[in-house]
Amino acid sequence: MVSPGKWLAQVAAVAKYSVMTIPQRLGASASAAFGIAGVVAVMVGVLSIAQGIERTMSRSAAPDGAVVLRDGAGSEMMSGLGREETVIVGDTRGIARGAAGPLSSAELFVIIDLPKRSTGTDANVPLRGVEEAAFEVRDKLEVIQGRPFEWGRNEVIVGVGAAREFAGLDFGGAIDVGGEPWRIVGLFAADGGIAESEIWTDARVLQAAYRRGDSFQSVYTKLDSAAAFADFKDELTSDPRLSVEVFTQDEYYSGQSALLRGLIQVLGGIVTVLMAFGAVFGALNTMYSAVSARTREIATLRALGFKAGPVVLSVLAESLLLALLGGTVGGVAAYLAFDGFTAATINFQSFSQVAFAFEVTPGLVVLGIFCAAAIGFVGGLFPAIRAARMPIADALRAS
Amino acid sequence: MKYLHLLWANLRRKKTRTILTVLSIFVAFVLFSLLVAVEHAMDMGVSVAGEDRLVVRHKVSLIQLLPESYESQIEQVEGVADATYATWFGGIYQDPRNYFAQFPVDPDEYLAMYPEFLLSEEERAAWRETRTGAVVGRGLAEKYGWKLGDKVPIQATIWVQEDGSRTWTFDVVGIYDGAEQGTDDTQFLFRYDYFDEARGMAKGEIGWYMIRVEDPERAAAVAAAVDARFANSAAETDTSTEKAFVQGFAKQVGNIGKMMAAVLGAVFFTILLVAGNTMAQAVRERTEELGVLKAMGFTSRQVLGLVVGESCLISVLGGGLGLALGWALVTLGGDPTGGALPIFFMPAPQVALGAALVVLLGLLAGALPALQAMRLRVADALRRG
Repeated sequence: MVSPGKWLAQVAAVAKYSVMTIPQRLGASASAAFGIAGVVAVMVGVLSIAQGIERTMSRSAAPDGAVVLRDGAGSEMMSGLGREETVIVGDTRGIARGAAGPLSSAELFVIIDLPKRSTGTDANVPLRGVEEAAFEVRDKLEVIQGRPFEWGRNEVIVGVGAAREFAGLDFGGAIDVGGEPWRIVGLFAADGGIAESEIWTDARVLQAAYRRGDSFQSVYTKLDSAAAFADFKDELTSDPRLSVEVFTQDEYYSGQSALLRGLIQVLGGIVTVLMAFGAVFGALNTMYSAVSARTREIATLRALGFKAGPVVLSVLAESLLLALLGGTVGGVAAYLAFDGFTAATINFQSFSQVAFAFEVTPGLVVLGIFCAAAIGFVGGLFPAIRAARMPIADALRAS
Repeated sequence: MKYLHLLWANLRRKKTRTILTVLSIFVAFVLFSLLVAVEHAMDMGVSVAGEDRLVVRHKVSLIQLLPESYESQIEQVEGVADATYATWFGGIYQDPRNYFAQFPVDPDEYLAMYPEFLLSEEERAAWRETRTGAVVGRGLAEKYGWKLGDKVPIQATIWVQEDGSRTWTFDVVGIYDGAEQGTDDTQFLFRYDYFDEARGMAKGEIGWYMIRVEDPERAAAVAAAVDARFANSAAETDTSTEKAFVQGFAKQVGNIGKMMAAVLGAVFFTILLVAGNTMAQAVRERTEELGVLKAMGFTSRQVLGLVVGESCLISVLGGGLGLALGWALVTLGGDPTGGALPIFFMPAPQVALGAALVVLLGLLAGALPALQAMRLRVADALRRG
């Protein structure tokens, strides 16, 4: 039995030796590390899309905000509420009050066809008609260029995400709604939330343009506090004059993006698992070759009195080193390539476009490197065991 | 064939390496199969869109409705053979995750417009007789276990009935088959007359028109004539070929779809590169042996054939199995997202492309190092060990 100190010294000596000889096997080692880098980059990249969408949705929600839709509609696009119903909702207890009355905005949510800048093809860009209280209900919203639209006029303001992704939404320009130009008088930001994907105008102007009579699709409200939600919801759902669904903004937005996030995660998950298998096979192959190339060395070490444990650990260390190197390169590459990359895609549930930015969080990079380490561990373990089990006498004779 | 034994012996010499290489290639081609199926699905069957069909929608956006009365006017436009309409129902069957398209249509007109939907004469007759009758695609019927005579309740999201009820109950009177592999067999069709009478709003309005043109060559002119007819009316139209319409819809996904495809393509080639490198490595290690073979009287061409044969065997084994499993997963497993990709299969040209890549991988991975080895003189090769 060797002492722990000596044992560790043996591990260090063998590991140092195997790492120092990596350059001799550069081709195979580099291709294994390259494969692992690819896995990590793709995994982090795909997850950053889902993360970006999720972040956009969660930033949209105010804790004390509520959304009211017609019962069973599930999304604003499908919903429909008459003027009388929106008035009843606006008078419900629990809604915060501003200078001009309750903070409740009955809204219209339609789409308008505009070409995407990235592909040049038409996309369903969300166009929202709001009432005066909307700007207080969504207090994160801020006009950063120009001015708010004037009530009753054919004017719009455009979210910065929409302006970035869709052609013809530049400040000072105009959009064509049924043959009439509507001037773009301002750009607004909303802390990265989904409103930034939208175009806003006066609900009454939009009702006329889209021939919606005096109907709306949703009511957005700001409540006295997040705690007031339960009572607010009870009162509305038990009102015999109404047939509505009530959501917190949190519930509503995370529900709206569930399908899209699910799609990306399922596809991304399948691909990542497959790729991880591919990378494990690659790493195994590389490490088996490394062990076989060093058959005589390892046998010599063993003959000199080195134990099996240090040999196993040294092979594992080499494999882990390659994997961590690959994983870090992959993670950094994903960060450089994807973080902040902006895109817009269709959200099937709202039937309209969402503009968002990919988000490579430190957590994702760490997850990627962790997976790389797992691949390296599996890829090194079996060859390491083989190395330790080689009969010394035969191995010394190997060519 | 007499060399087969030699090939096999070479492969067995380093069994672990051979197996691992085969497995890497296998994984790469499973990935390839899924990739082409997803990419094809994202295009939403552009390839199966009818050449002679146009789609007419509201000019401002697809969500705005058009008057039912446009049909007769459209049919008067020169070059239009036939026109019919559909509307997006957007209902929910049991759970919002059970996603499939439902359209109220005119039965005979719709089936005439889409001859690729095959429905027996008896089922057509039953549909004509049953006001609440619905005809569903084979794929959809199998997914939810629907049989003829079943009652299927659908919860409306948009179309609340006149009496305020949200539940529409339909009788399954027919199950249609797709004439081709890519035909969408997940549609749920029901009668427009029933829909229009029962719905609580927008009576007499429909979502979009489909037109069959007499001559596909003149499709653009017909589209322009239709739009001109409704210019400056309350509801202006935007007419495009069905292909452009479907493509436009698919493109809404935006560059994300293309980006994912590009990234996956890069991964596929990375795995191939790694596997190819290993295969090449195996040949390089044997330069000495190749010299021995030549010294024994094998011609350069025979040695080259042996090496390439070996790498092709590995590649075909791994790639063939990978494509086969990928095909099985795609065809038998179906859409992994549960409804978001209704047209999910591996198109034949892509299967051929996969097979070509398999062969190419085998040829390149074997031939490049083998050619290098061939350039050495026998004496040098022998001295290398």
